[in-house]
Amino acid sequence: MSLRATDDEIAGVRARFVAAPATTEEAAAVLREAAASGLTVAIRGAGTKIDWGNPPRSADLIVDTTRLTGVVEHAAGDLITVVRAGTPLDSLDFGTQQLALDSPLPGATVGGTVAVNTSGPRRLLYGTARDLLIGITVIRPDATITRSGGKVVKNVAGYDLGKLYTGSYGTLGLITECVFRLHPVPAARAFVTATVPARDLAAQLAAIRAEQVVPSAVEIDAPADGPITVAVLIEGTAEGVHDRAARLEKLLGGTVSGEPPAWFGTYPWPADGVGVKVGVALSRVAELPSGVRGSAATGVLHTHLTGDIPARLAALRAAAEYAVVLTAPPSVRDELDMWGPVPGIELMRRVKDQFDPDHRFAPGRFAGGI
Amino acid sequence: MFRPKLDAERPPGYVEPVTTLKSLATALRADLGADRVIDDRQELRTYECDGLAHYKVTPGLVVLARDTADCVRTVQACCEARVPFVARGSGTGLSGGALPRADGVLIVTAKMREIVEVSPADERAVVQPGVINLDVSKASAAHGYYYAPDPSSQQICSIGGNVAENSGGAHCLKYGFTTNHVLGARVVTPDGEVVELGGRAPDSPGYDLLGAFVGAEGTLGVATEVTVRLTRLPESVRTLLAGFGSPQQAGAATSAIIAAGVVPAAVEMMDALAIEAAEAAVACGYPPGAGAVLIVELDGPAAEVAAQFAQVTALCEANGATELRIAQTPAERALFWKGRKSAFAAVGRISPDYIVQDGVIPRTALPEVLRRIDEIAAVHGVRVANVFHAGDGNLHPLVLFDAAVPGADLHAEEASGAIIDLCIEYGGSITGEHGVGADKAKYMPRMFTDDDLQTMQLLRCAFDPLGLANPGKIFPTPRLCGEVPRRHSASEPPAGAEIF
Repeated sequence: MSLRATDDEIAGVRARFVAAPATTEEAAAVLREAAASGLTVAIRGAGTKIDWGNPPRSADLIVDTTRLTGVVEHAAGDLITVVRAGTPLDSLDFGTQQLALDSPLPGATVGGTVAVNTSGPRRLLYGTARDLLIGITVIRPDATITRSGGKVVKNVAGYDLGKLYTGSYGTLGLITECVFRLHPVPAARAFVTATVPARDLAAQLAAIRAEQVVPSAVEIDAPADGPITVAVLIEGTAEGVHDRAARLEKLLGGTVSGEPPAWFGTYPWPADGVGVKVGVALSRVAELPSGVRGSAATGVLHTHLTGDIPARLAALRAAAEYAVVLTAPPSVRDELDMWGPVPGIELMRRVKDQFDPDHRFAPGRFAGGI
Repeated sequence: MFRPKLDAERPPGYVEPVTTLKSLATALRADLGADRVIDDRQELRTYECDGLAHYKVTPGLVVLARDTADCVRTVQACCEARVPFVARGSGTGLSGGALPRADGVLIVTAKMREIVEVSPADERAVVQPGVINLDVSKASAAHGYYYAPDPSSQQICSIGGNVAENSGGAHCLKYGFTTNHVLGARVVTPDGEVVELGGRAPDSPGYDLLGAFVGAEGTLGVATEVTVRLTRLPESVRTLLAGFGSPQQAGAATSAIIAAGVVPAAVEMMDALAIEAAEAAVACGYPPGAGAVLIVELDGPAAEVAAQFAQVTALCEANGATELRIAQTPAERALFWKGRKSAFAAVGRISPDYIVQDGVIPRTALPEVLRRIDEIAAVHGVRVANVFHAGDGNLHPLVLFDAAVPGADLHAEEASGAIIDLCIEYGGSITGEHGVGADKAKYMPRMFTDDDLQTMQLLRCAFDPLGLANPGKIFPTPRLCGEVPRRHSASEPPAGAEIF
């Protein structure tokens, strides 16, 4: 596997080489060369989140995963699949089964989704990448191919490194294959949508929680310049969905539809906007400033900051558990503390030092300059 | 920050002289109070094993911690003296994860049992590690909530132990394991620092160290406070008990249920020998003469459960169920479950001794694996009673033997090991929920390569460079943390000309 010269860049940082391995073994060969030459490495899938986080301090080599594609295995009877990292999430088709992981960004790869830990509305019922991932193949910065987890859903043998790699932004190694648990595709679904006055939002969210209808998603859209919309996704049998949706329709004074509202499962910022992920205790979702959109029943939402961005970010951090700037134009990004306070950062540095002692993988991209 | 110095002369497993423990006891008594520290030989023996009772080691010293500060002080003292420590909750673990060290300190968190907060509005509870699993659900029930992970020992096992072992339970088929229900933990790291992992909202920024900590079996530190997710009680729960002629038929019914797209809250199976034991122990009234029983439980919104329950009933009948009972009352449901949840202890009624095994196979391999287990039992001259979480392929074969018969324990141990090899052969796991602990460390190299294990050890070295936190568990061979393979520095110019 050879590296090609390139004038490509990662978040404004000029790379020198690019390689696009098609298998785990080819990728290991690439990373052996990179390790031998001390090259810094940036991993790129579809590139939908490549400018998220801080720009890397250096990116000599881009490892492009877009040839590392395909479903290696779909064991339908066991409800699991093995997928190569470069496979676009929205290309996966398992017939009557599904990988219940939403992709807010069309075209995003499986590997990128795991590495950055993006999620969408259905995280309420199905969890996120960390919950659905049951095994993983990762090539360490020193080019060693390693696996953790396995191919069965229930498994507590050894450390669950899949969770460590999930959301690590490519700073600990190259993900080449993921094993996921699958879920059946529900027979029916319905969206119950209602407009809610801001003063009633907290009560409405509490009422939805109390109703025992087990939604797959409870999303809110609270634009800065309009009324708040609540959209609840119900999935299940035809009979069950009909009954549950009717109950919610009555409760919320809403309407039932087979299709989601246009904003459902999308980020609220435009290209070149300042996009922020906010985590908040459930009881405080309604206290967040307007402009948020996302999963009101898990407390993970997103917002688009405009105006006095540092001041608004500080206000958000005061109201929430955390507010991480995912993406921002370079001029804004360089002025902001993108990650905010991160408890346990010293321990995280020690983890990085163990996995990537020379700090060659996406150096500086992650929290605390990791 | 306290930074222990690496000492290559004393790898994990190094046995300290007893005098060190004596001086440690004196120092800890002065710091924590005399009633917190046990070093009387007889009293120490109370703690010589956990739920895996045939592994016994009398701890060098026991500390009964009251709070985080006690744990911090103890761990720091252990660091300074280079003495290993092991944390223990209720001591119900089945893999020897809390097996003490004769040369070390056992930190008992069972007295830390305050439910700090129950917040239905946040769907969270904050509890100390000694809180009993079921007590979290009891404290939440009035608000309409419960704590979903339900190991069979939930009336006595502690949340701290659940976190260490990533405990499962019958209902994890639908609801997931401890790791899916823990949002945050206050952890005393192996160098005596307090760190908050996770938080009140999911997806805390930075590495998911909480996800790595849960299930690390106490090798990455001691949890002293845990924030758990509470789950809304289901509107409806329906449970059926189905008798089948054979486990193969019951397995086929399970496959048919899963293939139909139903995700039951639980699907549990017991074979004839396990049924016999349960009847003898708790008179659960399972269908007489059945070769296997299935317990299938559905929960959720009433309309949903009603629709799917009819489907499940039909599938059981289509796959040869000889008798179908539907629980009409909570008491009847409890009786169905009583037989299952008491199964491990119940085999004591039909065999003087037994080994509880815990392995996982891809669920579809169940009929084949059951046949192979029968062969293994015949070869080793033992009886095997089978209890499974059938929905997720988690087997609990109980290998029955009589220790009074010379060599019988050896045969049982061999049969038990052969079943684990079978799980690996079929692409499964050496443990689904009991953990690796002291018991299965030796099997880890059969499931993972040296590189895989070494990678896990990197994480351990980040948390525990001295190897003092529960050494000897999970990993078959200790690894010194100094030996990180260092390559070229990133600042060195790449040898570009040579690689293109």
